[in-house]
Amino acid sequence: MTSPTKAEGSGPSVALDPELASTTEADKPKKLEGRSPGQLMWQRFRRDRTGMISAGVVIFFFVVSALAPVISSLYGKNPYTLYAQEPDYPFLLDDFAMPTGTFGGVSGEFWFGVEPKLGRDVFTMLLYGIRNSLYMALVLTTLCVVTGVLIGLVSGYFGGKVDYWLGRVTDFFLSFPNQLFFIAFMPIVTAMFVSPTDETPTYLRVVAIILVMWFLGWMSLARLVRGSVLSLREREFVEAAKVSGASRWRIVRKEILPNVVTPILVQATYTLPSSILNIAFLSFVGVGLVEPTPDWGRMFAIGADTYEQDPAFLLFPGAALVIFILAFNLLGDSVRDAFDPKTGR
Amino acid sequence: MSDNLTLPEQQGATGTSVETLLEVEGLTKHFPIYGGFPIKRKVGAVQAVDGVDLTVGVGESVGLVGESGCGKSTTGRLITRLLEPTGGKISYAGQDITHASRRQLAPVRSEIQMIFQDPYSSLNPRQTVGTIIKSPMEVNGINPEGGREKKVRELLELVGLNPEHYNRFPHEFSGGQRQRIGVARALALNPKLIVADEPVSALDVSIQAQVVNLLQKVQEEMGIAFLFIAHDLAVVRHFSQRVAVMYLGKVVEVGDRDSIYNRPRHPYTHALLSAVPEVAVDDEADDKERIRLAGDVPSPIHPPSGCRFRTRCWKAQDKCASEEPPLIQLSGNREGHLTACHFPEDPTTEPRAEDVVMDPALKALEDGETEEPAAKTAGD
Repeated sequence: MTSPTKAEGSGPSVALDPELASTTEADKPKKLEGRSPGQLMWQRFRRDRTGMISAGVVIFFFVVSALAPVISSLYGKNPYTLYAQEPDYPFLLDDFAMPTGTFGGVSGEFWFGVEPKLGRDVFTMLLYGIRNSLYMALVLTTLCVVTGVLIGLVSGYFGGKVDYWLGRVTDFFLSFPNQLFFIAFMPIVTAMFVSPTDETPTYLRVVAIILVMWFLGWMSLARLVRGSVLSLREREFVEAAKVSGASRWRIVRKEILPNVVTPILVQATYTLPSSILNIAFLSFVGVGLVEPTPDWGRMFAIGADTYEQDPAFLLFPGAALVIFILAFNLLGDSVRDAFDPKTGR
Repeated sequence: MSDNLTLPEQQGATGTSVETLLEVEGLTKHFPIYGGFPIKRKVGAVQAVDGVDLTVGVGESVGLVGESGCGKSTTGRLITRLLEPTGGKISYAGQDITHASRRQLAPVRSEIQMIFQDPYSSLNPRQTVGTIIKSPMEVNGINPEGGREKKVRELLELVGLNPEHYNRFPHEFSGGQRQRIGVARALALNPKLIVADEPVSALDVSIQAQVVNLLQKVQEEMGIAFLFIAHDLAVVRHFSQRVAVMYLGKVVEVGDRDSIYNRPRHPYTHALLSAVPEVAVDDEADDKERIRLAGDVPSPIHPPSGCRFRTRCWKAQDKCASEEPPLIQLSGNREGHLTACHFPEDPTTEPRAEDVVMDPALKALEDGETEEPAAKTAGD
């Protein structure tokens, strides 16, 4: 048999990376420590340039949205003030309520221009819009992942009748047409909390959006997890845990869950950008967040109204959305490649 | 070897032992088959294990051999209670564990452990070797002297691995090393009985010997009883003091190693032994009888009536179809050598006057070979 120390030196993963080989050689006398599958993935991911760049872009978006209040206070404006009516900024909008400056009013004062009609600052609107959408999408994705994982785990591990009925429930939810359902149910869900004659507070709208989208957002992950668990359940290490007397809960937690983290993480990185798009869509069609809350989707609605007179307004929110979604999807691809290098694209 | 790993006394490797550790009586496992529309109901059953009787003594190593699909592994899984038996009785150290729940089983769990066939799927890829070996101790709340980590390092050393491998992951090991980790995990609870389900059949032949020797060392030094499930007769012969031969869910012959390998009585045992390929020098080639069976094992969904081997047996008569032969000690057999056959063979593996060749294709081939030169000379 190859001695373990020899095997280490000739391991394929080490041979792939000369830099690593030298470090392990140097460390060997001190401590023999294996690299976990997670560490191997991190190594692979770090070598993926697309992945690193898109991760940088995504992190940039998160940092910017987290720091939105700081940035806007440094910048000295907020997304609520109608600057066209302020005496400090005369002639911001012309007689047709379109920005007077070049390219939608881009200037040293208004970096991304001025909103047509109301004359708000586009830069801070976008900052807060991204912030709102990202936070909502994060909460939504977390909820969907937790629900999907729970239902998938239960259905996959227990099998039999439980699996059958949970599977049928999943199928039932999958058969709803998403966007029609969102549009139809947003007012209903809102009305469940607030009388239609009263004004709906913003937080309630946010809760309603998240609830409605959560309702139809967990199925794909549940199916994915169920499939993975089904194949893991029959593996011998699960039987070994049973032979040692481990409880079901311990088997699920210690043996199965760590092995389904990969598909969960990959699926989550695809779910987040798509839920941002969905949230934007809801606001665009007018059932999501409403004035005066700054929102990414509603900026498109405003832009769509005035794009013939002021095409520049759409550029900044549009470019931001495209860059963000693209970066996040590329990140998802890279994460998947890093986790599972054998499957080709 | 550290002292705390060895059980009280070392068991001698002499055939039958005195005290019974595990007793299996009429063990049955039927897997139901559901069919029909729109309401599914039971339309049949795969009779994977159908009335197996087996005893394993303290510190004894019993081999369980048979063709693929004869129910060996199912028997092993029933004994470790991974599967729920349909019928029969399993008693461990006098305690009936046939239908014990997980809680009732808890005190016995640590004493019956299992070694699995596939070292690639029997270790959790997300856990370090240390965690894998440690977790049975955590589950059973065992705190060895000096802590669990120390014990794990001792176990790693015992199975021939470097204790420094504690923090490594299974993917960094070869198949043989992984199987050693599996052995270490089974030993972590100081078991009294280990069910080894084809522990070496997934390994390289050169590695097989090492693992078998490791198991043998463990068995002898720690006095652990083994139920060694395998289809490799040579490995079983090397490892086991007693051997049980299974065919289609039943034990057809059981006895000490010498009786089974040199004085078999059941025709199936004869056929099985004859099927072992041997590397022999030319002049020694003919010192074994030659039996070639035809066809496959019948379906366990509809097993043959009476003796289950009768459909492939060259001695089958009407009695075999109507009456099931009991597993008894035939005259001329040693103590503990039981055979289930109405018309047993002579207790020898010497070549017989005429080879038994049941396979029509092989027969035609061989007849053609012998006739061809004759025809040629006639033509000249």
